[in-house]
Amino acid sequence: MAQKITIEPVTRVEGHGKVTIHIDDNGQINQTRLHIVEFRGFERFVQGRPYWEAPVLVQRLCGICPVSHHLAAAKALDVIVGAGTGEGLTPTGEKMRRLMHYGQIFQSHSLHFFHLASPDLLFGVDADPAIRNVIGVALEHKDIAVQGVMMRKFGQEIIKATAGKKIHGTGAIPGGINKCLTIEERDSFLKGTDPMNIDKMIEWSHAALDLFKDYHKKNKDFIDNFSNFPSNHLSLVRKDGALDLYHGVLRAIDKDGNKILHDVDCQKYLDYIDEEVRSWSYMKFPYLKEYGKQNGWYTVGPLARMNTADFIPTPLAQKELEIFKAYTKGKPNHMSMHMHWARLIEILHSAEMMKELLNDPDIVNGENLVTKGNKTNEGIGLLEAPRGTLFHHYRINNNDQITMANLIVSTTNNNQPMNNAVEIVAKSYMTGQKEITEGMMNAVEVAIRAYDPCLSCATHALGKMPLEISIYDNNNNLIDRMKK
Amino acid sequence: MSKPKILIYGYGNPGRQDDGLGVLLADMIEEWKTQHKLENIFTDSNYQLNIEDAANIADNDIVIFADASQENIEDIDYTIVEPSAEINFTMHTCSPSFVLHLCKNIYDKIPKTYLLHIKGYEWELKEGLTNNAEKNLRKAFDFIVNKIQEYY
Repeated sequence: MAQKITIEPVTRVEGHGKVTIHIDDNGQINQTRLHIVEFRGFERFVQGRPYWEAPVLVQRLCGICPVSHHLAAAKALDVIVGAGTGEGLTPTGEKMRRLMHYGQIFQSHSLHFFHLASPDLLFGVDADPAIRNVIGVALEHKDIAVQGVMMRKFGQEIIKATAGKKIHGTGAIPGGINKCLTIEERDSFLKGTDPMNIDKMIEWSHAALDLFKDYHKKNKDFIDNFSNFPSNHLSLVRKDGALDLYHGVLRAIDKDGNKILHDVDCQKYLDYIDEEVRSWSYMKFPYLKEYGKQNGWYTVGPLARMNTADFIPTPLAQKELEIFKAYTKGKPNHMSMHMHWARLIEILHSAEMMKELLNDPDIVNGENLVTKGNKTNEGIGLLEAPRGTLFHHYRINNNDQITMANLIVSTTNNNQPMNNAVEIVAKSYMTGQKEITEGMMNAVEVAIRAYDPCLSCATHALGKMPLEISIYDNNNNLIDRMKK
Repeated sequence: MSKPKILIYGYGNPGRQDDGLGVLLADMIEEWKTQHKLENIFTDSNYQLNIEDAANIADNDIVIFADASQENIEDIDYTIVEPSAEINFTMHTCSPSFVLHLCKNIYDKIPKTYLLHIKGYEWELKEGLTNNAEKNLRKAFDFIVNKIQEYY
């Protein structure tokens, strides 16, 4: 009997996402889709507001990665206030923003690995959901759970110190920042009581990488072949090709590693990137114009960044990148589960970057925080958010009001690859099966979860969004429903 | 007898109208306890709860989480939180019971934990509460002040 399976919303994925899988009478998968109800009212909401409010306003968009939106908006407004397109800030201004950003990457990636990915690795994707979370990790591997909690906390404290507060931070402003670190703050991060200091964070970042590599050795088949499909990859890179999560030029490579977007200026992104609307999803499908809708889609995020960057400018992470690249003999890595590996390399890199920045005297120099210049009416700010490239684009009028805002968030950039991942895993796990098990359902979720999608609109009031899985026959009659 | 350490932890997004009820309550309690020079009362707030909050609550005797609620309650509701390993349905947030369970498993501590549900009505991209939510916030504040005074 033909079936339509709906997983709605996807567990441990923010917001309203649902997966539909259509199975025909012969048990063959004939269509899969990841539908997403993404919040898109924000761009209209900011119209008419004074431009300088944007870095704070955008934090309403997402309570999960507000720092990324805060900084991307500030970068766009740097252009508008004449502070340059990424290289015009004062040393303290740029370094404080970078510290905030690497703190954000560190805590976000740590959450993903310890809370969401490591349970799958430690217990298996078909393990009981009751233990396949950080609680299960705490029971069986207490030291790992403690590391996850404290790494999150360290990153959160960096954000609080650089953004000023946890909610609606104001650290980044058009043209710079409004505070530097105090010497006491800096010293607490450098020499804090164990484990809350940067050296311990670097040590634990290494340990997490070792945990993954050990698991990989023992489970090569799963890690290498689960949701492995060719893709283009896109990210910012520094002008010299280095990994740079805060600023750079746009580079894309094809599945074989050939450059297909040649380190272009972010301010010209509209010349190269467009977004397709499909009737069945609220989330658009970005693609490279030159290669069209069919062939121009791309992957963003940690895996893409490891593929596009030539090197990492911190020594420990660079060594890990060399191992990572050697595994595919220098060719692009398309293995979805290697996103966890890439994410862990970025955790280590972020920890190294934080140490470098904390040791820089500019980080406590409060004399010169803001750059001023000649105002323009349009600005674009890009950065590499934890989940991938984030675009903010604003235009203002002569009254300093925002007249246009366009945001392309990381999860939107990953729309097509996430759909491909769902299709590949569904075909692999469900084809010809008479019964759909929890393990099969979770396999689909694991594929999506590798991208760490964030669809949050930051409203999480109690009583919302239960998990519901519905199975329909070929006439769309409901034949089973599961609730969590 | 020493006074218990009490943490009032509000969570939500004040940029989404009534979703900010918990955070605003924590702000009010912070101001109130500063005025009255009360020791051992602490406040914290964030957009949502997460795993690091297991460390943040571990050293308190009593923890009161406060959150906006869409549930079918009249104004406020006060419930005890028991540790639970039940996974949340979202990816990047944790429930109070999950945080408490993690605290128990990692730090071997279980502070007495409660959740104050404050009824909210509107959740759009706006600052400021609805009129009814304002009234509920005032009730929530009076309720928490009374609770604290039970211990002091």
